[in-house]
Amino acid sequence: MIELYVLLGLMIAGAIIAIEVKNLLSAVVAVGIVGLGLSVIFLLLKAPDVAITQIVVEIAAVILLIRATLHREIALKSCGSRPFGALMGIIFLGLAVIAAFATFSSGLSPFGEPLMTVSSFYPMNAISGTGATNVVTSVILDYRAYDTLGEATVLFTAVIGVLTVMRSVGKKKEEDLQENNE
Amino acid sequence: MSKEHEHGMTVIVKTVTRLTVGLIFLYGIYIILHGHLTPGGGFAGGVIIALSFMNLDLAFGGSVSAKVFSKGSTGVVEALGAVMFLALALIGLRYGGFFDNFLHPDGDPGQLVSAGIIPLENIAISLKVGAGLFGIFLTLIVLQKFESEKK
Repeated sequence: MIELYVLLGLMIAGAIIAIEVKNLLSAVVAVGIVGLGLSVIFLLLKAPDVAITQIVVEIAAVILLIRATLHREIALKSCGSRPFGALMGIIFLGLAVIAAFATFSSGLSPFGEPLMTVSSFYPMNAISGTGATNVVTSVILDYRAYDTLGEATVLFTAVIGVLTVMRSVGKKKEEDLQENNE
Repeated sequence: MSKEHEHGMTVIVKTVTRLTVGLIFLYGIYIILHGHLTPGGGFAGGVIIALSFMNLDLAFGGSVSAKVFSKGSTGVVEALGAVMFLALALIGLRYGGFFDNFLHPDGDPGQLVSAGIIPLENIAISLKVGAGLFGIFLTLIVLQKFESEKK
């Protein structure tokens, strides 16, 4: 488990660097470190499906972020201290710690033995029930396909929204708008 | 900067891309079609296919990838994927319920043609995700060009 903590430390360092560094491209690279570490952690925890999806989506996100930040001069303005936000953060963090102590004081069940027994039904019955040897796929596309439909709808809505907001057809240039106003 | 973007990147990047982009595309198809046998599936495979088109776009400039997969066709393919996924769910109604696996008795577990409608659902999701992501990518790049021309 020591490699897990090394990776977690790397991810926390990458996240802090991404926040603190002034150069936007360096911040994007640091965000990429966080995603890569998360992917390796998924692989170590024996979840290759999630690891593949994580690394692939991370690559796409980093490409988009680099394209968005590389040639753009964004004036960075250091905002002042926000005492109200800091106070709220400390209060909610304290509440979370107290709730965690209250919940987990009786001890957690060990890794791989969840409290919910439904998760043991899927590995036992997936192959005979659906015919798919990849149990993850049999869950997301057969037992829980309705949830996948919802996820697909979310993605569809996001794509439609981006294509609609940033469309070029039917968008007037600024000069035309100014002429119309005059 | 604008001239460099019109014609893509250097000849080294173009040569390496020419060699690898087909392999990336094939790997995406492999991930999709074996989604019910090995780790992976429609979502990851679709993103890999979108990444291969992004690779083309970045290395050779926008005109080359627009010939292969234009911005208008991304919307059509995405909608086709969504309709295919929903149609598979609705056909199941006739056989017993929403998302009923009506093809299930065909094929043995572990074969490429098995698991009923799960591979078809994987293909539908991959069309949706791949075309949708590439459409977002193209839209953001076009917007950026529009802005840089304005300046």
